[in-house]
This record gives sequence, structure tokens and C-alpha cells, in this order.
Amino acid sequence: MTHITKPSNISRPDFAAIAAWINPGAKVLDLGCGDGSLLRYLNDKCGIFGYGVEIDDNNVLGCVRNGVNVIQNDLESGLSTFESDSFDYVILSQTLQAMRHTEEIVNEMLRVGKQGIVSFPNFGYWKNRAQVISGHMPVSEELPYRWFDTPNIHLCTLGDFEELCNLCGAQILERIVMNGDRQIAFLPNLIGMLAFYRFERQK
Amino acid sequence: MQAQNSVGIVTPQYVHIDKPLHLKSGAILNSYNLVYETYGKLNPTKSNAVLICHALSGSHHVAGVYTDQPKSIGWWDNMIGPDKSIDTNRFFVIGVNNLGGCHGSTGPASIDARTGRPYGASFPIVTVEDWVEAQAQLADHLGIDQFAAVGGGSLGGMQAIQWALDYPERLRHALVIAAASKLTAQNIAFNDVARQAIISDQEFYGGDYYSYDTLPRRGLRLARMLGHITYLSDDSMAIKFGRDLRSGAFSFGYDVEFEIESYLRYQGDKFADQFDANSYLLMTKALDYFDPANAYNGDLSAAFRTAKANFLVLSFTSDWRFSPERSRDIVKALLDNEANVSYAEVTSKHGHDSFLMVDRYYHQLVRAYMDKIET
Repeated sequence: MTHITKPSNISRPDFAAIAAWINPGAKVLDLGCGDGSLLRYLNDKCGIFGYGVEIDDNNVLGCVRNGVNVIQNDLESGLSTFESDSFDYVILSQTLQAMRHTEEIVNEMLRVGKQGIVSFPNFGYWKNRAQVISGHMPVSEELPYRWFDTPNIHLCTLGDFEELCNLCGAQILERIVMNGDRQIAFLPNLIGMLAFYRFERQK
Repeated sequence: MQAQNSVGIVTPQYVHIDKPLHLKSGAILNSYNLVYETYGKLNPTKSNAVLICHALSGSHHVAGVYTDQPKSIGWWDNMIGPDKSIDTNRFFVIGVNNLGGCHGSTGPASIDARTGRPYGASFPIVTVEDWVEAQAQLADHLGIDQFAAVGGGSLGGMQAIQWALDYPERLRHALVIAAASKLTAQNIAFNDVARQAIISDQEFYGGDYYSYDTLPRRGLRLARMLGHITYLSDDSMAIKFGRDLRSGAFSFGYDVEFEIESYLRYQGDKFADQFDANSYLLMTKALDYFDPANAYNGDLSAAFRTAKANFLVLSFTSDWRFSPERSRDIVKALLDNEANVSYAEVTSKHGHDSFLMVDRYYHQLVRAYMDKIET
């Protein structure tokens, strides 16, 4: 997986949306945890116990500076260090779209966690569609890279991700779609910039 | 001139411990000396003490220099000092020479009070557990109930692990660097070749060479040369020496021709002048025996169940002697126990010796971790 810089300007509503789903004191694994900001936030807000997984040196250092547990590892090689069912939540926050082994990581999330939480930039957002129609790959706040330097190799829409969940045997429990700090209920796949899913293994 | 951020001139201290030490082997040491150094100041609540454990050939001389010996720089001086990664403005750092060593703590070259002669071959085999036990006696002597951290590289990292297992209440953090939870067969094999080199030296006299006023110099030199190869990486040797020749042309003989030969022989000679062969044998045995999972049917996670410390585990990509995989074994056991642990794999060309080198990321990690430790 290539290192991605997560957009910071939308981080607070992003964190709050995830925090709203986390039970206090839960055990959390944050995949592609960046500098540990989300774990720090969840620790402060929900009193979670957690670990982050991160490949980038600077981010690992950031985690240590933020006082969160971090394991330097490549997500693409799976989560073999972690036992099945050993976490309440496994979070993949704005990292899915940059992963090569997309299906495998969702399967690993379902194995290691009782529930999975995924957030990603919605490629179906109307401004993205408009840029494609105008003849260009989208560049936006959520997708700040140009087509030739982007780490985002697996962009998807809400519908696409829901299909993947179905394929992996993931039961979607809840979905939140946001535009900036507003939650979107009407035409989410068109108006939503950022999607959040909470899911578990199909029973 | 004093080097920047150095703890400066340091003086070793000695403690005589009268409490008999019951060794893992069953043998008993009735009394023994430990030599140690300290840097920084112990705070009034005695909560800022950091114990640094040394590896195979290290000593209590971790940082600083001795009076009138500008070259006598401590082995981890690049890590420890005022404003360094392990900051002696905040921490009271202790280095101690392990039992069985040859730098001042009681070891095979020391005089056995019972006979009035050096212990030699009669010095009992000591293990990592025994070292920790002796270090705990030193902590008692210094009035330290709980270390802020215990840390070290290689065999030193093993001692940090053992501390966390044996004295869970006596340390808050463990720094386990370039270590392993046990040696592989390959590692034991290297150690045994080193031992055989020493033992088969005619001057070894079954370990009692002191009485014959001689040293198994050739054996110890070979042992060190072999060890040294395993501490470096193929890449670092290629970069540093390649196939460079000392004279620029083949001499078609068995004298030193390649630069790497010259380097290894120099390192071997230097070491053979400074280190005691019996101590070397003991240290390699301590390495071989270390295996905390052994008492738990090989289940390392079960072995770590008693540990309470927070861990920083670091490995180096080019370290093939104690590979990153071995560090990940330790991390896995800690994760299984829901311990606080951070693990980083430092990209480095320098093999096992990386833990002694200056590397920006490595030193930043240690600094960041130490900065978070409350004192």
C-alpha cells in the first residue's frame, strides 16, 4: 500500500461520526492509522483501548508522539499478527481506496473484529461525476491527488462498496453519508462526499 | 574538549552484595561485586530511573568518557546524554556490568575467596534470569523500587523482557531493541562455533589459563571474527569493503589481501586484548538458554501473561542475526495479552549492529517514546 496523506480539514466530523459508533471502553484496531489522531480522539472521547497499524515511518513516529500503540506493518500482507475475534471494532478510515488487496482486507476485518467500520471518499459525488463528464479525473478536497500521482487506486461509490460487502459476507449495520459536517439522507450517492459503514459478519 | 551533549567524565562505582544468589543452574554465588555507572540525577520520588542492559560484549560503561581517556566513549553514548534520545536531564540512567563479565563485576577472572585463585572454569554458568536477579539487588541497593524503563539491544533487550516477566511491578516500560524471545538453531550454531574456537585453543587449559599466565588469544580472536560477520549485513560489508585489496593486486598467498580480512583480523585482535574468553563463553551460553516460552510449552503468549510493562519493540530490516520476524514474535505475544506495545521496523543497512548506530528514525522513535514516560 502506498502512503496516503489523509485530508485534515474534514477530520473532526469524520472522527465524530466514527466515535458515535464506538462503545466506551471498546478494543479498537485502526488500520492505516496515520499519525494516530483518530485513536487519540477515540481514546479521549470513548476511553477505548487500541492499536494502530501503519507502514509509513513518519506516521509511526507521529503515533508514538501521540502516545498511541502502533504496529509498523504493511496492511497488504494481512493481519496475521492479530487473532480472530480479538477486537470489538476494526476501523479502516479513508484507506480502503488506496489498498491493493481490497477484498482481502475486508475479509481480514471481518475475521479480526466483531464489527468493521470503513470510511471512504464517495466517487459518486456529483462534483466527481461532473469532472469526469467534463473529461478529467476528479481532483477535490477529498481526492486531492491528480490521476498520475494518486495513491487512490480503488475508488468506489456507495453502491460499489455495498456490493463488495455482499461479496465478502458482510452485513451492513449502519451507514452515514456526509458532505462537510452535514449528514446527507437525500440522494446520498450523489450529494455525499464521504461514506461511513459499520458492518459485521453475516450470521 | 567535551563532546556535544555528552554526560562528560564518568566514574564507575562498585557494590558488594552479600545476599547469596541462587542461580538457575542450581549453583549458588554467596557474594559478588557489581560495577555500574550512573548518569543524570535520581529524582526525590525515585521514579526516573532507567536501567540499560548490555549485550554480549558491552559493559556498564554506557555513556560518557573516563578521565584522560578521550577515546573511552560509552557504547551507547549516541543514545544517552543531556538532550539525547534518552535524556539525562530527565532520567537517571544506570549501566551495570553483568555477572560473569570481565569489566569489574564478579566473573571468571575474579578471585574466588574460597581458593584465593581466579574462578576460571569453576565460575558457574549464569543466565538472563540470574542477571536480572543480580540487577534487582543493585536496584535495591540504590533504593529504586520501580524503574521508569529497562531497556537494551540484542541480549540487552532479552534482559528487558526478563525484567517484565520476573518483576512486573518494578518497571513501567521495556525497550526491547533488536532482540528475540529465543535464539534460532542457526544462532546457537554460530555461538557454538565461537565457543569451540576458544575451547580448542591450546592456551585455554580448560578455562584455567590464568594459572598458566597465558590467554586463548587465537580462539577468542576467531570467535570475535565470526561473531562480527554475523553482526553486519552482506550489503554493509559490500559497501564498506567490497572486494577491495590492501595492495591493489593479488599476492597469491594466505596473508591479508582483502580489506575485509584486514578489518576482521583487526577487530579480532582488538577484542582478544580486551575481553576475557571465559566471559565470552558465559555470555554466549546465556544467549542460547534464553527462552521464556520454554516453561510454557513453547507458548510465548502464556509466558508474557504476568508482564505489566508497556513495551517499545524495535527491529532493523537488515538484521539477519535477530531478524524483524523474531521481534514480531514478541509483539504477537504482547498483543495476545492486550499489553501496551508499539513496534517499529527501522530500515537500515547495518545488520544487527544497527542498534548501536546513529539513525534518524530510530533515535527519533526512542526519543518520542521516552518523552511520553512520566517521571
